[in-house]
Amino acid sequence: MEDKFVIRGIEFRSRLWIGTGKYRDFEETVRAVEASGADVVTVAVRRVNITDRKSENLLDYLNPKKYKILPNTAGCYTVEDALRYSRLAREAGVSDMIKLEVIGDEKTLFPDTIGLLKATEILAKEGFMVFPYTNDDPIMAKRLEDAGAAAVMPLGAPIGSGLGLRNPYNIRIILETAKVPVIVDAGVGTASDANIAMELGCDAVLINTAIAGARDPIGMAEAMKHAVIAGRLAYRAGRIAKKLYATASSPLEGML
Amino acid sequence: MKGEMRLTVNGEAYCTEKNTVKELLGEMDIVPERVAVEVNLKVIKRAEYAGYTLQEGDSIEVVYFVGGGEQEEPVIRTGTWRAGDRRRYGR
Repeated sequence: MEDKFVIRGIEFRSRLWIGTGKYRDFEETVRAVEASGADVVTVAVRRVNITDRKSENLLDYLNPKKYKILPNTAGCYTVEDALRYSRLAREAGVSDMIKLEVIGDEKTLFPDTIGLLKATEILAKEGFMVFPYTNDDPIMAKRLEDAGAAAVMPLGAPIGSGLGLRNPYNIRIILETAKVPVIVDAGVGTASDANIAMELGCDAVLINTAIAGARDPIGMAEAMKHAVIAGRLAYRAGRIAKKLYATASSPLEGML
Repeated sequence: MKGEMRLTVNGEAYCTEKNTVKELLGEMDIVPERVAVEVNLKVIKRAEYAGYTLQEGDSIEVVYFVGGGEQEEPVIRTGTWRAGDRRRYGR
């Protein structure tokens, strides 16, 4: 049976989305992205260094015709900054997609959900396809959906922490209540974490640090690819109920 | 022909004899298709680069996409209010 992943008419080939930060160089970035099978790559918007300009550009390596470039507003702590970065990103890029981050605190990098909601509302009205990075709060997920978000991106755990899904029950409630796609963003540490998110029924997972920071990023990218596929298949196939006692798998009939 | 004009480009003082955004990017050897430009907090559409005349004192930002990622500090900031007081945690 077909299992298409479509958001607002855009079809995505992979349910694994990849952040492009923290790699050694562009070559490693590309190899990891290729090994992961991802077609969405997130990028940040930063000043061009006008005094010491490198001739190389990330987009020379990640062709926007081949990959869907999803700019983020990482590092923005205010609504104003997030709007400013979003508008610049749209002009620099090729689509209306924005991964919206309004960060509330430097140590945890938890989202400032009040600012996030305001920015989502404004950007959705301006025609952006907003992917807000939010916390694992089902109520906020609904509010973001009502504000016009194209999907919600609840965190599994703090960005870069690798703690996995710390509250899978909240993620489940979000999955039950949200009508827009749910993409777990942040917190994945290894393949099993990505797998659990997908088994819960999430539509996709966004991973950066767990791949870029692995001893072998290319190997981990491949592991994540399989974990996400396996998790999705398991979700669709439907897991068995957990029981305390054994149930024999082999027939008793015909025993000596 | 007017003389030198003082601008701020990406936070740095910049003197130029160029008149438009397009000429300025050309002088800085920047390919317009790969960047976005803001003049005095207003995003300029790529199609308007050639016709957008710069004025003395204009503040210009030229940005592009880099690997990301989270955790990087933004290099341009507008707001003053922050939800988290970053000094609370010390270094």
